[in-house]
Amino acid sequence: MPSWEPLAGLWRSRSAALGLGLIAFVLGVALFGPAVAPHDPFRTAPLERLAAPSAAHPFGTDSLGRDILSRVIHGARISILIGLISVSISLFPGTLLGLLAGYFGGRLDSVIMRAMDMLLAFPAILLAIFITAILGPSLPNTMIAVGVVYIPHYARIVRSSVLALKEQLFVQAIAHLGGGHGRILFRHVLPNALPPIIVYATLGMGTAVLQAAALGFLGLGAQPPQPEWGVMLSEGRQYLQIAPHVAAFPGGAIFILVLGFNLLGDGLRDVLDPTLRAL
Amino acid sequence: MPFGYLGRRLLHLGFVLLGVSLVVFLMLRMIPGDPARLLLGEFASAEDLARLRAQMGLERPLPVQYGLYLGRLLQGDLGQSLRNGAPVAAEIAQRLAATVELAVAAMLIATFLGIAAGVVSAVRPYSLFDTAAMLLALVGVSMPVFWLGLMLMYLFAVRVPVLPLMGRIGMGNEPEALTGLMLLDTLLAGEGEAFLEALEHLVLPAVTLATVPLAIIARITRSSMLEVLQQDYVRTARAKGLDESVVILRHALRNALLPIVTVLGLNLGLLLSGAVLTETIFSWPGLGRYVVDSLMARDYAAVQGCILVFAAILAVINLVVDLAYAALDPRIRIHA
Repeated sequence: MPSWEPLAGLWRSRSAALGLGLIAFVLGVALFGPAVAPHDPFRTAPLERLAAPSAAHPFGTDSLGRDILSRVIHGARISILIGLISVSISLFPGTLLGLLAGYFGGRLDSVIMRAMDMLLAFPAILLAIFITAILGPSLPNTMIAVGVVYIPHYARIVRSSVLALKEQLFVQAIAHLGGGHGRILFRHVLPNALPPIIVYATLGMGTAVLQAAALGFLGLGAQPPQPEWGVMLSEGRQYLQIAPHVAAFPGGAIFILVLGFNLLGDGLRDVLDPTLRAL
Repeated sequence: MPFGYLGRRLLHLGFVLLGVSLVVFLMLRMIPGDPARLLLGEFASAEDLARLRAQMGLERPLPVQYGLYLGRLLQGDLGQSLRNGAPVAAEIAQRLAATVELAVAAMLIATFLGIAAGVVSAVRPYSLFDTAAMLLALVGVSMPVFWLGLMLMYLFAVRVPVLPLMGRIGMGNEPEALTGLMLLDTLLAGEGEAFLEALEHLVLPAVTLATVPLAIIARITRSSMLEVLQQDYVRTARAKGLDESVVILRHALRNALLPIVTVLGLNLGLLLSGAVLTETIFSWPGLGRYVVDSLMARDYAAVQGCILVFAAILAVINLVVDLAYAALDPRIRIHA
């Protein structure tokens, strides 16, 4: 089994602690925020449109007079969900494909990895754009698109760990003792291949949030009136010259959440798997 | 460089491009709806639709259709735009230069500043500069490009209007398009003022696009340099009494370049992705904006053409990076 002892070092890493703090903050907002949000995020008030930040509306209001703070709070829930679901969509198939390719090698390996190369041949956001174009713009399709795009990354990372692990004595010993492929793969190889996956998935949460917001911003992701941060930014873009706060706050929220995942990912990497430093 | 390595890499490039065309072809077939109807509009007669379908080979078996499609591709035919019937290849060629100009400017900014910041950080680790630079780099990689672009635009074009808001050059000042690169065209035309104007227009989009790669390059340069600076040959170079700047630039940086080149290559792909967002924000008339506009208009022929071109550019960049890698590190040539 891999040693989880280094995780204790995480608490000493300032960047990881700060990252955890930021994520915990956004998570708290996502969980409890909607209950304490000052206003209904969908309630329009034409008379108060594009109001600058004030005591009644700390983040101001948007072009329909909706309270931006309340919308940012509700958006936290959407962004956290996007991160979790997108990463799961890339993580599980990617890990399975990497395990199979690395462990069985040969033709299966070639077929899987060439298919992965095909997906990697596209610039990430273009592939995501293309997939959402085919599936149609919506929040669930955004998660699928962002998830699919990153499957090859996990497959590659897992495969390279498995290639090293399957030559190790303890794996060969279990094989000689009559351990079946499934048992070896999932009980012995997978747990040892986990550290880089965890690091990559943490950093991947940030990437997924960014990509989904980018799709929302381009009009290809979540659709108005959903309080998704990317969509809100895109709405704010039109009023940049007269009401910059409309774009500023949702963008700041994206930045804080992504920064949190990057800080935590960096800290985890230093602690769990220093060889990944080049990522 | 032995031909064997180059030959293998070129063959690989061919396979990747073939695969890309297959993926794009299959994905477009998955789009619900009849391509002929998309082309002719909803009021087309049944006869017209049938004629166009036959013309496009839509009744033929899928593999035959792919063969025909591939044949057209090899002749540089990317099909016709569903919006205006113009050849997609020409539409793309017209916009490619704008994207190239933006991407090259961004890459130059990112590479020079990134490597410089990384080297200084590594030479004085944990100094005030290092801490500040690495903090900024972390902020840079976490920054949503589209937000950064909008905020820069607000600060430098609205609040303190020192730079133009959007576009490539002022109306009516466009030089004759020789290369399509605005900076080069204005220079060739000998119009100094237009050149400066084009340069001013380039600043905000290029800085926006450069931010993420700059941050990544600074981080990787620092960690790569830190590793190299501990090597024996660096100590030897210092012991020989070489000037510290020679040790750092000639002995250390050169050896630290390998991972930096890899990251540079990876980032060119990232740059293409970033261009889609940056061009949309700054109304930059390049390929990135064209692809988004085409998507909004459901012009799949144009989208498909752009994606193929982007993937081809990325594949060629990857090839060049691998070759540069082999040139920098003889071990790769021998073992590959």
